[in-house]
Amino acid sequence: MGTVVATAPEQTRARKFTNIWRDGDQIAHLVTFLFAASVFLVTVFLVYELWIHSGPSRAKFGFGFITGRIWDPVAEQFGALPFIYGTVLTSLIALVISVPLGVGAAIFLSELAPPQLSNACTFLVELLAAVPSVIFGLLAIFTLVPIMRQYVEPFLKHTLGFLPLFQGPAYGVGYLTAGLILAVMTFPFIISISREALLAVPREQREAALALGATKWESTWQVVVPFARLGIIGSVFLALARALGETMAVTMVIGNDTSIHTSLLSPGYTIAAFIANNFTEATGDIYLSALVELGLVLFALTMVLNGAAQLLIMATTGKGSKQP
Amino acid sequence: MNRTARRNIVNTVMLSVTGICTVITVSVLFLILGYLVVNGWRSVDWNFFTKLPLAPGETGGGMANAIVGSGILILIASAIGIPVGFLGGIYLAEFGGKAVPMLIRYTADLLNGVPSIVIGIFAWTVVVVPMHHFSAWAGGFALSLMMIPIGLRATEQFLRGVPNTLREGSLALGASKTRTIISVIVPAAKQGILTGMILGVARVAGETAPLLFTALNNQYWANSLNEPIASLPSMIYYRAISPYDDWHRQAWAAGLVLLVLVLIANIASRWVLSRGTSAQRG
Repeated sequence: MGTVVATAPEQTRARKFTNIWRDGDQIAHLVTFLFAASVFLVTVFLVYELWIHSGPSRAKFGFGFITGRIWDPVAEQFGALPFIYGTVLTSLIALVISVPLGVGAAIFLSELAPPQLSNACTFLVELLAAVPSVIFGLLAIFTLVPIMRQYVEPFLKHTLGFLPLFQGPAYGVGYLTAGLILAVMTFPFIISISREALLAVPREQREAALALGATKWESTWQVVVPFARLGIIGSVFLALARALGETMAVTMVIGNDTSIHTSLLSPGYTIAAFIANNFTEATGDIYLSALVELGLVLFALTMVLNGAAQLLIMATTGKGSKQP
Repeated sequence: MNRTARRNIVNTVMLSVTGICTVITVSVLFLILGYLVVNGWRSVDWNFFTKLPLAPGETGGGMANAIVGSGILILIASAIGIPVGFLGGIYLAEFGGKAVPMLIRYTADLLNGVPSIVIGIFAWTVVVVPMHHFSAWAGGFALSLMMIPIGLRATEQFLRGVPNTLREGSLALGASKTRTIISVIVPAAKQGILTGMILGVARVAGETAPLLFTALNNQYWANSLNEPIASLPSMIYYRAISPYDDWHRQAWAAGLVLLVLVLIANIASRWVLSRGTSAQRG
């Protein structure tokens, strides 16, 4: 009797254990959780590593790192302002070109084009987003730069040369060329996401505007676009984040100059391009640390923009689909 | 009347402008492909695929080591990135509650948005610094980080797309949750998941920035994965910024080969997806 009482719990425990193994539910849960959690951990670790490795530079320069205009490795003086300036300037040039172009195309694809044509064009534009950055750089070096040097920049100097933005020698490489390449690299994102946002606008909105006597354009511009504006703004933020972090294509055409210039035609530097060109040649702990801090600044910039973009895109596509 | 006429003119003009925007944006892809074909196709020959690069100034040679190197880097990246993305995605779609998956989804989106050069710095700090040298491992690790968010979100998205009736049917037949996932849910979503994985591979195949100070580059065959290794994208970069005409010629050829591979991968993924959905409908 006593032995039976003693073995019964033993058996159920054993059966429970084999059941777990056979069903595998808890184990599968645990294994998949570990893999999912590794994504979280590696991201946190990334931020931690950037923070730790930029420590010496942060301790030495403090906030002056961001406002300093002189980058002199020999004197161990590091100011990131020229690179931040170049990054922001090239990205803004890109947006000035890609936003009207992208939104225009998105309007055509969502409002005018027949669905099949629209899908085909969107597919081609999305393929463009898949073209590797280095290939944009390759084309830019050998085709865009000579065109800019021989035709576009002399023309701009001739017509708009009275502005400080278009002065100085035409090198072909510089802020403007980098901005142009970034425009081409970012408009696929604007088109693809803005089109989604526009398509999510309920049909009643269009019909109501047309019924009131609006032309197609008026209904689109005054009703549909404002309705989808959060999604469109979100796509612009996303494009901006892409442009800020873009490395290879910009590195190949930015011109590599470590000072700040007003003229869009002059060579400059962006954060990403500067890291790409100098990281392997950096000597000394403080120099490397300063480069990692540059990476941290870039990381922070793009994270803020990406977060804002996600929220905006979620807001519109959610709103659009919830409408009756 | 005058006002109506003006409104109609504005309507026609603006709608035409949007059409022109579309033509410009769509034609860029053909321009890129066209330029690469015109400048590169003559240099894509047998030597390109079988020979090693020559010293600057010598004419000829190929990029065999870069092609193999890219393949190795992608294999390492896939070996890390695909399991993490796939199993993590299963957790997000099938096991997670509410708060934890949201946090992980958010960090995955964050990781997806990290500039590639910053990924390179991270791989440098965690792999290159402790190992004291550039290596294929470091490059593959950096690329895997770019692959994970794509695979993760694709897996989750397509698993969520599987109708709940399938889950319930399988559970009602007495299958465990794990058995249901393995035999019912994942097979139902396999086209979508495959698409996500192909897109992930295609994305990292063209990446250069994360390799600059992890895998570096190599003019010769890498003897082991602990050595710097060549890859097509970094070869294009170093060739393009060099002053030698013959190297420029090879950069165009490599660019053409890389672009065609990336485009094929993207089109194939789209094809897999469309075949999957039409099969389900039929």
